[in-house]
Amino acid sequence: MSPSTTASTALVAQATPSEPSRLARAWRQARRRPASVVGAAIVLLFVAAALGAPWIAGADPMQTDWKLVRKAPSLAHPFGTDDLGRDTFARVVWGTRISMQAGVFSILLAIAVGVPMGLVAGFYRGALDQTIMRLTDAWLAFPFLILAIGLVTIMGPSLTNATVAIGLGATPTYIRLTRGLVLATAAEDYVQGARALGAGDLRLMSRHVLPNIVSSLLVQATISIPIAIIAEAVLSFLGLGVQPPAPSWGTMLNTAQQFLETAPWMAWWPGLAIFSLALSFNLAGDGLRDLLDPRDY
Amino acid sequence: MFDFLVQRAAISIVTLFVISMIVFTGVRMIPGDPARVLAGTEADAAGIEAVREKYGLGDPIPIQYLRWVALALRGDLGHSIRTRESVIHTVATKLPITIELAFLSLLIAVGIAIPAGVLAAVRRNTIWDVLASGASLGGVSIPNFWLGIMLILFFSVQLGWLPASGFVPIWESPLDNLRRMIMPAFVLGTALAAVLMRQTRNSMIEVMSADYIRTAYSKGLASRVVVFRHAIRNSLIPVVTILGLQMGALMSGAVVTEQIFVVPGFGRLIVESVFTRDYPLVQGVVLITASSYVLINLLVDVSYSLLNPRIRIGGTARES
Repeated sequence: MSPSTTASTALVAQATPSEPSRLARAWRQARRRPASVVGAAIVLLFVAAALGAPWIAGADPMQTDWKLVRKAPSLAHPFGTDDLGRDTFARVVWGTRISMQAGVFSILLAIAVGVPMGLVAGFYRGALDQTIMRLTDAWLAFPFLILAIGLVTIMGPSLTNATVAIGLGATPTYIRLTRGLVLATAAEDYVQGARALGAGDLRLMSRHVLPNIVSSLLVQATISIPIAIIAEAVLSFLGLGVQPPAPSWGTMLNTAQQFLETAPWMAWWPGLAIFSLALSFNLAGDGLRDLLDPRDY
Repeated sequence: MFDFLVQRAAISIVTLFVISMIVFTGVRMIPGDPARVLAGTEADAAGIEAVREKYGLGDPIPIQYLRWVALALRGDLGHSIRTRESVIHTVATKLPITIELAFLSLLIAVGIAIPAGVLAAVRRNTIWDVLASGASLGGVSIPNFWLGIMLILFFSVQLGWLPASGFVPIWESPLDNLRRMIMPAFVLGTALAAVLMRQTRNSMIEVMSADYIRTAYSKGLASRVVVFRHAIRNSLIPVVTILGLQMGALMSGAVVTEQIFVVPGFGRLIVESVFTRDYPLVQGVVLITASSYVLINLLVDVSYSLLNPRIRIGGTARES
């Protein structure tokens, strides 16, 4: 990594003892923001639940049992059972996997498409920039969810397609953000200096511009992932995402809505799971922003 | 000033043009033969061919696009496959319901967000600030459809105070209308309030550190006067812009909220048209949504430049 990658190494720095000052700074920041540390810890807990679902769930999330239809929370079934007698706890744990998958992969897609487009637009300016930005304007004019609904209609409802639709819906934000950052960074003296030394466009973009905007992109990702997680739940809730019987928080809430009077617990847990995951991401993101971006908010 | 308006309007027209192309190609990418769908299930091969002929579906795509745009510009977006009613008429009956919902939620959002944001900024780093910022974070993180379900569970199922769903037109009974709209409006308003509060707080903090605020304080004005007369008005300018940009989020929110509370508005129309594969309706509804977003933001930009002379002179409102 070149010396100009200060920002991107800030995260890695926590694991590299060769840079004690940064580690110390991260620790100081963490102590100042206990809420962010708790948020990050809960996010990690959800990651663990997603990875370890088969061991944590305790029961088969698809196993129906007619003797156990809509039973209130008990010791055997701490979150109760659903309309087909399936264990709600197991379904919530397995649902983490789907939510995480949709939330993280959709934003990775948005970054993979949006960042290069924004980079090129901001770096070369001119007609190319105008074309990309007008396209982005039009793209942004479709409300996020309506764009996602439209795309799922074209591609057909499934987890993969919902993830792609959410990712494409989030892409214009990354194009705009990247372009704005590139415009500011490309004017810096060190970029001009590297150019004067004979660095080519590709080298300038990859070694001098990109490393310096990574931290802002990372902060944006922590803001977009909870939005994407909620979007997947909404699409599944509307019947346009994960299809039953797969355990997704959105589809679980859709079913729960029919049994609010007799089995309200069916609606508590999946929603609480989405809420706490989104909240933890936002809390952790707040802390990360303070760590990487010293501007005062 | 004039140059600025012309520039913004030109960009909006280009955007609308690109939008129309995206919508047109998007609908044509939906799997299936539109002639077969239009003709209905009982049509035979000859019937399908007749429909293809009638609507010019066999023509080259650019020709079809031009014909569609020409009709759309005259306000003709075709007819719904399911109800045979014109798309414009269907939208015109559904849209007022969603506008009422959006207006109520806007009232709720502004009513919560601006006092809370100002309080958080003025009492910065106190318990008030922490509470307001925490509530805002919660508001952003809570999935609105789950909030809706929880409200129904509490106010309709447990307490029996409010009807869980349904719709009564406002001219039939304003009270019954309000009783059914208050929960969806609150759900829609929370997310907006969370964003607005954060924006109000940030811009209020920025304004409060400005020189003229220090001057106002140093000439001995009471802090109440400084906050209300000098600071709030200036801090609300960026909030207006955010409000315009949030129209899209409000639209997305309406889709979900209307679904939960069974409000027969524009948002529910979108979902229904998608599920029934009513392509002319999908096409029209999406086009109208995106176009109104562009127009609203053009209006916001224009009003912003009227409020803030610095932008007019600078020539560009924001980096586009």
